[in-house]
Amino acid sequence: MFGLKGDWSLEVKDRYFTLDDYCGAEPRWCTGCGDHGILAAVHRVCRDAQLKPEKTVAVSGIGCSSRLPHYMKTYGFHGLHGRALPVACGIKSRRPDLDVWVATGDGDCFSIGAAHWIHAMRYNVDLTMLVFDNGIYGLTKKQTSPTTPVDVPTNTHPSGTLLPPLNPLTVTLGITNVSFVAQIVDWNAKLRHQVIEMAHRHKGTGFVRIIQRCPVYVESIGRTLQEEPARMQLLTHGYGVEADDSVKRQFPNHAEHDPTDLAGALGIAADDSVLPLGILYRNPDAPRYDDISSAGLEMSVQEKLAGLNRAFDHFAI
Amino acid sequence: MSGTRTSGDTKYLFKRDKTWWVKLAVPRKLRDELGYDLRRSLHTHDLDEARETRWAAIEEFREQIEMARARNSEASSTGRQIVGEHIVEIVSDSGEGAQKCGQILGLVSGKMGNGVWTVEIIPAEIQPPARERQGASGIRVRMGSKYVTNMGNQADIVVAFNEQVLYSRISNGAYKKGTVVLLENMWAEDPDETIRRQYADALQDFYAQGLIVHELPIQQECLRLVEDPRRGKNMFVLGMLCRIYHRDVDKARDEIAKTFRKKSDEVIRINHELFDAGYAFARDELDYEYEIPSADDERLASAIVVNGNQAVGLGVMAAGIELVAMYPITPATSASHYLADDFPLTGGFVHQAEDEIAAIGFAIGASYAGQTACTITSGPGMALKTEMIGLAVMAEIPLVIVDVQRGGPSTGLPTKIEQGDLLSSVFGMPGDSPMVVIAAATIDECFHFVSLARKIAESFRTPVILLTDANLATGVQPIARPDVTEDWFPPPIDQSAWDENVPPYDWDEETGLSERPIPGMPGGEYILTGLAHNRFSRIAYDSESNQEGAIMRSRKLAALAATLKPPEVYGDPTGDLLLVSWGSTCGAIEEAVDLARADGKRVSSLHLRFLSPLEPGLEAIFRGFGQITTIELNYSDEPDMPLINRETRRYAQLAQVLRAHTLMDVECWSVVPGHPLSPRRIGKVIDAHLAKPGSAGTKGVH
Repeated sequence: MFGLKGDWSLEVKDRYFTLDDYCGAEPRWCTGCGDHGILAAVHRVCRDAQLKPEKTVAVSGIGCSSRLPHYMKTYGFHGLHGRALPVACGIKSRRPDLDVWVATGDGDCFSIGAAHWIHAMRYNVDLTMLVFDNGIYGLTKKQTSPTTPVDVPTNTHPSGTLLPPLNPLTVTLGITNVSFVAQIVDWNAKLRHQVIEMAHRHKGTGFVRIIQRCPVYVESIGRTLQEEPARMQLLTHGYGVEADDSVKRQFPNHAEHDPTDLAGALGIAADDSVLPLGILYRNPDAPRYDDISSAGLEMSVQEKLAGLNRAFDHFAI
Repeated sequence: MSGTRTSGDTKYLFKRDKTWWVKLAVPRKLRDELGYDLRRSLHTHDLDEARETRWAAIEEFREQIEMARARNSEASSTGRQIVGEHIVEIVSDSGEGAQKCGQILGLVSGKMGNGVWTVEIIPAEIQPPARERQGASGIRVRMGSKYVTNMGNQADIVVAFNEQVLYSRISNGAYKKGTVVLLENMWAEDPDETIRRQYADALQDFYAQGLIVHELPIQQECLRLVEDPRRGKNMFVLGMLCRIYHRDVDKARDEIAKTFRKKSDEVIRINHELFDAGYAFARDELDYEYEIPSADDERLASAIVVNGNQAVGLGVMAAGIELVAMYPITPATSASHYLADDFPLTGGFVHQAEDEIAAIGFAIGASYAGQTACTITSGPGMALKTEMIGLAVMAEIPLVIVDVQRGGPSTGLPTKIEQGDLLSSVFGMPGDSPMVVIAAATIDECFHFVSLARKIAESFRTPVILLTDANLATGVQPIARPDVTEDWFPPPIDQSAWDENVPPYDWDEETGLSERPIPGMPGGEYILTGLAHNRFSRIAYDSESNQEGAIMRSRKLAALAATLKPPEVYGDPTGDLLLVSWGSTCGAIEEAVDLARADGKRVSSLHLRFLSPLEPGLEAIFRGFGQITTIELNYSDEPDMPLINRETRRYAQLAQVLRAHTLMDVECWSVVPGHPLSPRRIGKVIDAHLAKPGSAGTKGVH
């Protein structure tokens, strides 16, 4: 072409996707809800990765978080309370070509779906798992969730919750074959985008717990953190989050943490005095169940029929 | 046990007045001719010399015995009794391998062209205490010249490894006067006085009941070959039975080698030796010899010998199903065990999930993404899967669900048969959840109905429940080798563009049917939801959309029903009594009907394969009979029980469905014994119904 050097190759995309190509129905979350920002980040990560909408599946359970698929213009599966992960793993298990996202919440994942959470972390299927943790049941109107801070009054515990909250990070990091654990807050767009993008790029289950504001029922949780940034600690590292100065300014308390150090990550997660943000753990070499479960996909009908006849032969007279 | 291998070797030797003699026991059958043993003096006082010289004498004795045996077998070869069928049971403590023994006997018989049905007798515990009446573990093998469809009536021969385990079988009515019991006799000389007494008492009981008991030194014979006959006795018994029934020895030895193929050659060798020893023992010591000529039934011309769960596994593969997600549950799990071995032959994968809910969730996910998927479970698993089944109905996700029924409710009778999941399968989901439910009646149908279920699931965009049960699951039977063709397998997942103007639920007004977009299809992007939704899969809380969705889902069942033909009556299309049934009771009921009709009774039976929707024309069929009663293996109140009257009586499950469906006075007879029904018991039910006063005339209650 005129003016171009002959050895240049121009990458011409036959389809280019804009944010609009991922935006589904108008979100119906409350004003000020942290979910809006998370959705925006998901749209952006999809756009940046140029995911084909028809090859992308957003899977969810039940709860405020789980409305997310409806706000995508991809394929979506809005299933049962607590059961997003088995469905998502089933989708990915035999469709390695699909890009699978899971949107879940503190009740959906850490309570009714706890068994699936543990086992999905171990399966380490290649998917991106976002836990919208607002510390309360929102859709059913203010019941105690596993992560509701102690003494917060709820409709099921009007005098304040009874027990200290569950620590999802120590649990997740304690699961054999876990491969990616991160934590962010919904209100820092840069960090939010950076970490969700890394979780998506990760080969394996990218677990991101997102501290998410619910201004209607537990406004205090988000406000306390926003007013006292020292209660959060940003973990930085060349293999984790490389925060620029603007992010570091927002989180004056920051520390180096090597995301390959599982023991260190567990120590950080167990420390209740500060809320760690960034990448706690990352291991791209953990075995992935979808690598195993997709065996046999390439087999032709003729081969299957021959195989079936071999199976009959095992029982033949 | 000790003493058979003495440290000072005096085998075959004994001393009389300081002189060493040699002796060899004569097999029982030859004792009339040769005496109890053959013996002679070795004319020496020296033990070492006797040890040397005994072998020549032993050789000579063995030759004498062989010659006598040859003469004897010429004389007695016509003494072999030819029978049309025989029922054998092998019962033992758990872990003694009785089932393996019976399975091989059944397999060999099937491979010889006999009709065969085996039923396992399984205790619920893995290792119940030894010698416990309820701990009986074992197997029944019914072998016949003709095609066999059920476990039959009472056994002809039973091999028992101890006397206590026979009691539970006796109380189940498994034996009759004249049943031959081949009983391990080691307990007669047990060091424990209690055991000796139990054994002696039991013998009295058995004689009093008319059983013909032969006490056999099975343990002692096995100790000649192995140190611990708990492992191995079963192959000795297999040898005995193969001799008694003149089974093909090479086929039996092949099956033994196959059974132990994952172990060492040494293990195979020892088991072959035990088999040979048992065979020789029966030849020499037992008078029972039967021949069961093989069936000329053409269904057995090219056959495979499988149990119902293996048939389900093969059916899954033949149906082109690519993913089975399961959680271990008795008695369904062995289907997945089988698939774990062979599923890769057709490119399939077995996912063992973390629980029952995850298992069906995983399968639903795979199905949503275009794979053909299945989940296999039993009653308690069905209960856990209920919400997911409802989701599959609501969101119209094709799925095959196999329920291998067991006794319930709750944990119930995990290893035993019951037909208790019919109503929960049809009506178990909250809300209006129209379900397709089919039930396999035979092992052959366990295979073919998986394909049927897949085709219905895909054509009608719905989950399909296939009911089998513990009786089918463990019953072994030769079935015709299926003739599968390439079109049984699904084509590659359709990834062509979807017309964006066609909504994801483009319900046809007449049938409720619609095509579904599969992820990967450009233009088909939609958000599947378990919430009430409209044609566009958009959440719709309005009354009209909710009503429309319910209508469309329900209409699919009517559309399916419209494709079905009326079921065929077994026997005359009119008569005094019609037995209506479903599931694995079919064979026993039809056999009972045959017998009753041969006696001139006007009885027919009707076996239903479709439970939801029902096959058409039932009311018209019922009108041809004076009485209609269902025969089922689930609970119902009997009319003469305390407090039971027309208002309080709870009917058997199919009867409830049929009463509502036909508005006719469909009676029921049902029990929950934990074991299959015998034709004999059904025969009694027939007689009782025919004896009812005023039993003629249709009892419609319009």
